Amino acid sequence: MPYPEELVQPMREELTRVGVRELRDAREVDDFMARREGTALVVINSVCGCAAGAARPGVALALENAHRPERVATVFAGQDIEATARIRGYFPDIPPSSPSLALSRDGELVHFVPRHQIEGRDPHTLAASLVEAFDHHCSGVKG
Amino acid sequence: MGTFHQDRGALHGITVVVDAGRTVYIGRCDEETQEGIHLVDVDEHEDGAGGQSKEDFIRRAARFGAWVRHPRLMVPRDGIASVTRLGDVVPSDGGCSRPVK
Repeated sequence: MPYPEELVQPMREELTRVGVRELRDAREVDDFMARREGTALVVINSVCGCAAGAARPGVALALENAHRPERVATVFAGQDIEATARIRGYFPDIPPSSPSLALSRDGELVHFVPRHQIEGRDPHTLAASLVEAFDHHCSGVKG
Repeated sequence: MGTFHQDRGALHGITVVVDAGRTVYIGRCDEETQEGIHLVDVDEHEDGAGGQSKEDFIRRAARFGAWVRHPRLMVPRDGIASVTRLGDVVPSDGGCSRPVK
């Protein structure tokens, strides 16, 4: 059951205020995913403080890197049910987890961070590993 | 933002590998009690099933995560050989490169 929206809104804003586009329904997800070329990061956000509490600031820190995905979007698991199910449909052989991060380049998933690789990590550690992925896959792209 | 969970132990909310001999369980730890370890969103694998060893199953889960076969499951304490954080397991080799549908 979704949490009250007033409780979740600050968690949405942790990402949207650093330029992450929020996808709230299936149509918005399909619109975002329709573009195959270039690099895109999708953040599956969640309420759970055990992992998402580090994921959001970790993503925000990583997006300060010179090399970053051209497009960044987020869906909120447990809140925006339709959008979350739709985005997971684009990665059908990846077990669902939230929070999680999927980086694609030219329509191919090139880097995936499942929830268990976020649990117990601080935002700076997560950001460092994301920056490594950005430098590798988004080189030459400046956001 | 903070957590929404009560204090239920150091492993609460952490995805763990519970080695119970021939069978291994992967799920998020809810709590540990005298009875055993209570997991949510649990996958399980018996060594050798489908031609996959227990170790290969764990290493693949370490790369991508685990599927949910059981919403909740309790592994009895006396059957547990070890409990490890999945995040501490070295993932299987090979990149995750695959087409987005």
